[in-house]
Amino acid sequence: MDGAFDPNADRKAWLSVLARADSAMVQALWDGTGLAPTHDILRAPEIGAVMVRGRAGAVGAPFNLGEMTFTRASVRLESGLVGHGFVQGRCKDHARIAALVDALMQTDQAAQIEAAVIAHLRKAATARAGARAARAAATKVDFFTVARGED
Amino acid sequence: MYVAVKGGEKAIDAAHAWLAEERRGPVDVAELSVAQIKGQLKLAVNRVMAEGSLYDADLAALAIKQARGDMIEAIFLIRAYRTTLPRFGASAPVDTGAMDCDRRISATFKDAPGGQVLGPTFDYTHRLLDFKLAADGEVPDAPRQDVVAEDKPHIMSFLDDEGLIQPEPDGPDTPPDLTRAPLDLPATRALRLQSLARADEGFLLGLAYSTQRGYARNHAFVAELRIGICAVEMEIPELGFAIEIGEVELTECETVNQFQGSKTEPPQFTRGYGLVFGASERKAISMALVDRALRWEELGEDNLGAPAQDEEFVLSHADNVQATGFLEHIKLPHYVDFQSELELIRKLRREAMARGAQQEVEA
Repeated sequence: MDGAFDPNADRKAWLSVLARADSAMVQALWDGTGLAPTHDILRAPEIGAVMVRGRAGAVGAPFNLGEMTFTRASVRLESGLVGHGFVQGRCKDHARIAALVDALMQTDQAAQIEAAVIAHLRKAATARAGARAARAAATKVDFFTVARGED
Repeated sequence: MYVAVKGGEKAIDAAHAWLAEERRGPVDVAELSVAQIKGQLKLAVNRVMAEGSLYDADLAALAIKQARGDMIEAIFLIRAYRTTLPRFGASAPVDTGAMDCDRRISATFKDAPGGQVLGPTFDYTHRLLDFKLAADGEVPDAPRQDVVAEDKPHIMSFLDDEGLIQPEPDGPDTPPDLTRAPLDLPATRALRLQSLARADEGFLLGLAYSTQRGYARNHAFVAELRIGICAVEMEIPELGFAIEIGEVELTECETVNQFQGSKTEPPQFTRGYGLVFGASERKAISMALVDRALRWEELGEDNLGAPAQDEEFVLSHADNVQATGFLEHIKLPHYVDFQSELELIRKLRREAMARGAQQEVEA
């Protein structure tokens, strides 16, 4: 796959941003768009769990580490386009809105939704990670050797 | 004769009402919110997520509040909740090499590429009580520095390049799952790691310490310890491709252990591995040491009869919810059981006394 064109790259990116975003922020941004597209609920928001796996020694055989909470929902717009929400945590509205955003991102409203929702979520994620990374960088050790004057 | 007893409902209701009052504590002190627990008792929340085996900080914080700070009770609440959730799938194995590290240290290589990053650690504190914390909660901002984008490859990979470290064997894509099938012995390493990841921290710490003190000694170096955020990716059948479905904070510990070689393996370094939800390095290091001790058989080492080498002993007693359930059940009514014990003891005593009297007469 490396280097090859991935036709799903864009959708994968926005779904990943939606999944990891803060539920309250997703809700606030969605409310801010004022959009209320007519849609059918294909799958009502459903709370469950996903088993998170690791690898023995980070590179060996997979093992089950433990579960995380996860909520999913699916909608269909009047146009027939289907959107899926797969989000971390237990917020049903987050999953429902993620499904609507996913559906709209496949329409000609994509640019508008990208600017009003996705871009903000991406910026918040970058800022959050950046703030921790900057603090971590300040705790990076600079070693120096104390000369002992033996030669 | 079996006599069913009923009763105690009123007493139980009153006990639970009092429990709720005790949980609240003095009403002239502000109530603790779940958000406060999540934000300010993060390491407690992490432990409940790790041993409850469910990554959800809000639920763990709620459980701690409900359990009045009793960690095992909180873990029990999370385990009980977990069983109510439908399972939607399993993630791809997390790529800990791509972790956004808050902390990353090595006790074996000073100049590790990516550097030694201390993170928010208790290490090097003086362990003196800080009475300022009792007075006010004001803290100065932590220093920040420009981030230099650089990879933090696993330190073990450098030894790997030289062929000095025992390679990790691959295994089936779908590992066995303790939560779906009863513990099957002998266990695979995958099953052991799942069990250790959700095991009681204190139990693992004690076992790991026993290996350091000489019970199945295998001198461990912490090749690397890292704490940070990892993305969780899962294949979504509806989409036909994988997306990130969330992120988890993880602590990973890789130990490197000297190994003289055995009947089947050349002299080389061997590995122990710990991976735990949340920031929990004591648990991750303990897990790595116990994992290594349990690998004696596959590495062709001798069974020294040490507790940490005994897979059945370790895996059967590592789960604190199981342990506390069985332990604490003995405080619940056993009136009928005990009645029969009482009858038996009286009968044995009668017989013993009668024999004694008989012997006296004969003497």
